[in-house]
Amino acid sequence: MKSAFQIVDEVRRGATTAAAELATCLDAVRARNEELNVFLYVDEEGAAAAASRVDGILASGGDGGALAGVPIAIKDNMCQRGIPTTCSSKILEGWRPPYNATVLDRLLAAGAVPVGKTNLDEFAMGSSTENSAFGPTRNPLDPSRVPGGSSGGSAAAVAAGMTPLALGSDTGGSIRQPAALCGLVGVKPTYGLVSRYGLIAFASSLDQIGPFAKTVRDAAMLLEVIAGHDPMDSTSLPEQSPSLVAHVGDGVAGKRVGVVRELIEGADQDVVDAVDRATRVLADAGATLVELSIPELRLGLSAYYLIAPAEASSNLARYDGVRFGLRVNAEDVSAMNEATRTAGFGAEVKRRIMLGTYALSAGYYDAYYGQALKVRTQMIDAFRRAYREVDLLIGATAPSVAFEFGSKTSNPMSMYLSDVFTIPTNLAGEAALSVPFGTGEAGLPVGVQLLGPGRSEGLLLAGARVLEIADGRP
Amino acid sequence: MTLPNGWEIVVGLEVHTELKTATKMFCGCANRFGAEPNTNVCPVCLGLPGSLPVLNVRAVDLAMAIGMALHCTIAPSTFHRKNYFYPDMPKDFQISQYDLPINKGGYLDLPDASRVSIERAHLEEDTGKSTHLGGSGRIHGADRSLVDYNRSGVPLVEIVSGPDIRSSSQARAYASELRGILIATGASDGRMEEGSMRIDANVSVRQADAEFGTRCEIKNLNSLRSLQRAIDYEAMRQVELIEAGGTVRQETRHWDEILGATSTMRIKEEADDYRYFREPDLVDLAPDQAWQDRIRSQLGPMPAQRRRELTARLTSATQAQLDAVEVVIDLGLDRLVNYAADGGADVSLALSRAANELAGGIEGVDRLTPEAFCATVLMEQRGELSSTQAKTVLGELLASGGDPHAIAGTMGFEQLSSDSLGETVDELIERHPDEWTRYREGDEKLAQFFIGQVMKATKGRANGKAVIAELQARR
Repeated sequence: MKSAFQIVDEVRRGATTAAAELATCLDAVRARNEELNVFLYVDEEGAAAAASRVDGILASGGDGGALAGVPIAIKDNMCQRGIPTTCSSKILEGWRPPYNATVLDRLLAAGAVPVGKTNLDEFAMGSSTENSAFGPTRNPLDPSRVPGGSSGGSAAAVAAGMTPLALGSDTGGSIRQPAALCGLVGVKPTYGLVSRYGLIAFASSLDQIGPFAKTVRDAAMLLEVIAGHDPMDSTSLPEQSPSLVAHVGDGVAGKRVGVVRELIEGADQDVVDAVDRATRVLADAGATLVELSIPELRLGLSAYYLIAPAEASSNLARYDGVRFGLRVNAEDVSAMNEATRTAGFGAEVKRRIMLGTYALSAGYYDAYYGQALKVRTQMIDAFRRAYREVDLLIGATAPSVAFEFGSKTSNPMSMYLSDVFTIPTNLAGEAALSVPFGTGEAGLPVGVQLLGPGRSEGLLLAGARVLEIADGRP
Repeated sequence: MTLPNGWEIVVGLEVHTELKTATKMFCGCANRFGAEPNTNVCPVCLGLPGSLPVLNVRAVDLAMAIGMALHCTIAPSTFHRKNYFYPDMPKDFQISQYDLPINKGGYLDLPDASRVSIERAHLEEDTGKSTHLGGSGRIHGADRSLVDYNRSGVPLVEIVSGPDIRSSSQARAYASELRGILIATGASDGRMEEGSMRIDANVSVRQADAEFGTRCEIKNLNSLRSLQRAIDYEAMRQVELIEAGGTVRQETRHWDEILGATSTMRIKEEADDYRYFREPDLVDLAPDQAWQDRIRSQLGPMPAQRRRELTARLTSATQAQLDAVEVVIDLGLDRLVNYAADGGADVSLALSRAANELAGGIEGVDRLTPEAFCATVLMEQRGELSSTQAKTVLGELLASGGDPHAIAGTMGFEQLSSDSLGETVDELIERHPDEWTRYREGDEKLAQFFIGQVMKATKGRANGKAVIAELQARR
């Protein structure tokens, strides 16, 4: 499988065409989609039209855009005009949005070729893609294991060589954790860097769209295209997209790296070892290491499981059977609402709606949601203090390599712990990424997490590039 | 109405007003009443998955203007979600302001010199509109429900008064004064019949100076008359209930205009739990001083001041004139009256023409320039037009605009010179010697006879007062 960088280069030179690259990609999808359950919908017609538009522009002397001819997979919680968008939920089955998410418009304008919509945990709630109403996605590296989640389909698309790029969304680790489990680079950008317009909300104050790629440079290329101010999203940062690709090779010489105890404690030994080795690589590259403890990070998981469900309980209220998606008829409006939601939502979604409704209820608000907001503020302050001493932090992305199907489904708490290292970044609205570094149990990839303050994507990608080279991917 | 046995009414009003913005509060759809159902809609105001709100700055301008006119403090504010399920509310939550409203703590002075405190005036979005067909005709028990989302996302300001109102007539005066302010700020057209101003009344009764009683909320009163009648009915109902040994139950009640009675809509067994929390899709709203100053500088005089200024121009006003002032202020016609008076017109004549002729044809008032109004009043005042002719000219100006002199000419209203009027009067005296003698001997009724004859002879072109002057001169 070619990298996105290579495809853009060859398409622009006329060595290949967008149409030919799309054909290769569709062959790969046909070869393994049934086995892996990656794509819920493949938009062959729309993709062919997008590819031919790019080829037409190049034929008439245009430059085709920063992602000219690159096939890309889209997590099925982003709206694409006229294309079924389900959030892997029965409640949205059959719904076709009448509009494009801002990221879709930006991809198309940059010459990318959206191939189809990928599987996820229902409404992005989960860490294994086992919560999809349309069946789990399998990890292409070992189909007896999960690809992680919630963006498991997007991660699997890239890991299986179906597309060089994919978009995911990360609310508590839903890009970074599957990237780690599938051996990919995955970035959770600073809150507000990428427009959320058209991303179907799970927890609005935490959700952020970001890239999956096999290489650091590909991830930077994709992030550059989708980032930048969008007037349709009030929480969008005011500035234009940062220059990232140009700085991927900047290295980490002179940078101070915080080695955070709380970001590896409880992880499996193979993961701890990989983080240790990665830390030494950064030191060898000229970074200064600082041992740090940020005890507030331990509170992240519990705060997250109040804030995210609280927002979700409100965001998911609109699936009421009145205007779109599933409707189960009943004798009056409230009974219809109830019957529709009972039939349309899966167990994990219902669990979180219940949790969130409870956390916001009169008499409980202060003890639960209000308390969680205070923890969130503490988390933000703690990170801010840390970033006065260091430029970036290093830790594990996930506590283990890819796990087997069913191993965590019986106990929601053990599944929630998959995100213990990734959640703090979402609560603080900052940036983090996962980069593959070495292998662990059963020869499966391990992800190392680099974390930085808001707008530090350039530095994090440069750090990831150092690790990528040291891991044998020059 | 006064309540028997020392009972006192306590009322607080919640007034919702739709803001007169070009577009909706969080999207670019037109904010327009009366369009075909579901034509002014988009992913945002339909609450489609993935859509996000973006605040309309113009709505903030108008909300601040209302706050300033009500002497409120403009405060840094936030938006919250008010969560509840209802089919005409597409997101199943309403974006509103909760503990940090944009306008806090003001007051409104009424014409009777009483003062009603304003607790807050906050921004929120309107819902769609449901129509229930068949069956009960209400949401529960109808055969079918249709929803029009054109109104969904229209910007609203909710103005909450303190529980300071002590009679239904005071409530009416408050609502009327507030309506004048909303119109004066340009925030609303104040059209209660179109639902652009809607009132909920919280009503309780108590023995004078006792603790407040349990209140009932009467929803959606859509005229000043309904407001007054509903409060009177509800207060009497509560008094009779208590005097019969019962207790008032806190509940939401519905006003039936035809029956002239309130009835239970929804019992509040416990406080509603709307699970308010900060709207994460919007940022905080804290208008800076420059923004506030810009709005304040654009604020014209409010009705109370305009009423004072206009009344001051009248030398010893009669009750009829004070009533006329009310009408004129209410309709914003004082601008025309003041302009005419500044141009030399008689204030009471200008006031009377505005309160009657202009108020009667208010939909055409934009066609009437202040200059044309002033000129018409002056022509009448100088006897160049009879009062009937002046009214006809004003009617024409309201219908199609134009210049009053030209209109008077076209209609054949150019006035008779006093020479030719004198000749006509002489001829008529000669032709009716008996009537003339009786008039000379003091029968004043005969003046009307001669005016009638003159009008007939001049085809209505004469001025009645001028005729009397001619008759007097010959007596």
